[in-house]
Amino acid sequence: MNPAAVKTINRTLAYVCLIAASAFFIIPFIWLLSTSLKPLTQIFSFPPEWIPKPFLWSNYSRAIEYIPFWTFLRNTAVITIFSTLGVIVSCPIVAYSFAKLEWRGRGTLFFITLAVMMIPSQVTLIPLFLLFTKLGWVGTPLPLIIPQFFGVPIYIFLMRQFFLGLPDALREAARLDGASEFRIYLQIMFPLAKSAVLSVALFQFMASWTDFMGPLLYLTNEISYTVSLGLQQFQSQKGSEWGMLMAVSTLMTLPIIVLFFFLQKTFIRGITFSGIKG
Amino acid sequence: MEKLAGAAPAAAVPATRRKRSLRRIGITGWLFASPWILGLLCFYAVPMLSSIYFSFTTYSILQPGEFVGLSNYVELFNDPLFWKSIYNTIYFAVFFVPLSIFVGVSLAMMLNMKVKGMAMFRTIFFLPTLVPQVALSVLWMWLLHPNFGLVNGMLASIGIDGPPWLGGEAWSKPSLILMSLWGIGQAVVIYLAGLGDISEEYYEAAAIDGASWFQKTRAVTLPLLTPVIFYNLVMGTIGAFQQFTLPYTLTKGQGTPSNSMTFYVMYLYENGFRYFKMGYASAMAWILFVIVMALTALIFVTSKRWVHYQGK
Repeated sequence: MNPAAVKTINRTLAYVCLIAASAFFIIPFIWLLSTSLKPLTQIFSFPPEWIPKPFLWSNYSRAIEYIPFWTFLRNTAVITIFSTLGVIVSCPIVAYSFAKLEWRGRGTLFFITLAVMMIPSQVTLIPLFLLFTKLGWVGTPLPLIIPQFFGVPIYIFLMRQFFLGLPDALREAARLDGASEFRIYLQIMFPLAKSAVLSVALFQFMASWTDFMGPLLYLTNEISYTVSLGLQQFQSQKGSEWGMLMAVSTLMTLPIIVLFFFLQKTFIRGITFSGIKG
Repeated sequence: MEKLAGAAPAAAVPATRRKRSLRRIGITGWLFASPWILGLLCFYAVPMLSSIYFSFTTYSILQPGEFVGLSNYVELFNDPLFWKSIYNTIYFAVFFVPLSIFVGVSLAMMLNMKVKGMAMFRTIFFLPTLVPQVALSVLWMWLLHPNFGLVNGMLASIGIDGPPWLGGEAWSKPSLILMSLWGIGQAVVIYLAGLGDISEEYYEAAAIDGASWFQKTRAVTLPLLTPVIFYNLVMGTIGAFQQFTLPYTLTKGQGTPSNSMTFYVMYLYENGFRYFKMGYASAMAWILFVIVMALTALIFVTSKRWVHYQGK
């Protein structure tokens, strides 16, 4: 066989593999959308049908009325926004001190931080629950927000790697100009770390938006539920409201996809970064 | 440790000034790190110590605990559901972790080919990781529905009578593994980055020696990908042992059918927050900690034999 033919065969083979594998990843997704737009009778038709007949947008409007959707959405948004804010406020500055400042005990404390990353969160689950109960925070979003303002080990680790890569010369120059360490951090280093901060923010956004166990533990009143918890209300003893479940699942996924679409470069860089330097 | 501590390169500053600024920076460093020092104490150190203590008591949220020594641990070892949850969790980890590495590396190698439209393919593989776990479980419950699900529908169209999937004891864990593989995109991205890091020179050298694709994969790609595989192996193992949201939402916390879906952390949660046996659950948490630590240590020890770093 001549080389050109081999190349064509290889390329065709590559596409066949890629398309076959893609199918596994995209079909469930399309099915989610399709089911969310189907009438009940069609959902239970066998063999399954792909195209909704007719397109039933009312699954969405009914679902939104079936549960206090807007309340749940607002609760989710509050938790997500504030916990992301917390992470941005705390993690870079702590990471900066680990990476660029010299202080006694820094090495030990960083080692402890790494060790803490390995501890399953279940170990601290019960004492934390009791602590938040004592503080009167159970039933409010506070347990899901406040700890983030005190730093998250994995993000501190990530950001530290990033700061280590920034040249020291910038700092030296600013210091000669008489800038305080805090100003150097706020006006020079933090802006330089924008891409790392953004990926950490995205990680936290996703984690908060999709969290289930946290809200399950701490949000005890329906009025404070998040969308994740709200989804459970479509599953009753009588059976599940599949159309509405899929509609709300779609609504829940959509914001993340939109976010991902706009920030995908940073996002993938952020993930890459966490993997390789780990 | 030297490398981890990451000492900033010694700046070329005169010794006396360096000393003075060191003292000042010492305080600044502590100040900058203070939120985390506080967080470490409040949200990690103190809770961990209390958790050890609770594990030796009959603590429940309703009444103060009584010190009972090791009896929680003894009771656990006599609790069939505890063993069942360990079995389920290990079953999941043993099949899922190696499978996810195999599938992840294969996919990454496919996505690393130089053909047109790759950006689109990469996005498709990443999409499922954006679906929240709760939504993911709802979706797959429906896909795997024994009577009306798409999977059995497709199987029926080629004449196969599909299994009951989540409804059957034998199939519930394989179903969970299948579902979890759907969310493999994040690991794939990490592998992709690893592949991108492998220097072209190795492939050129191999090509000069007349190596086939298979030989290149075996002798260049896989060995040089081992640091990334190592990372994903550690993370994957830790994650597998903490499986909660999927089995919990799939079975509404029941672990059905026949407790085949009662996973370790789920059982821990049930004990702590349904039966309020906080002491018992704390003991479970520490056993989990020991298991995870032992496994991580094992992986680290053996890694010296199979993890190769480029240029070494």
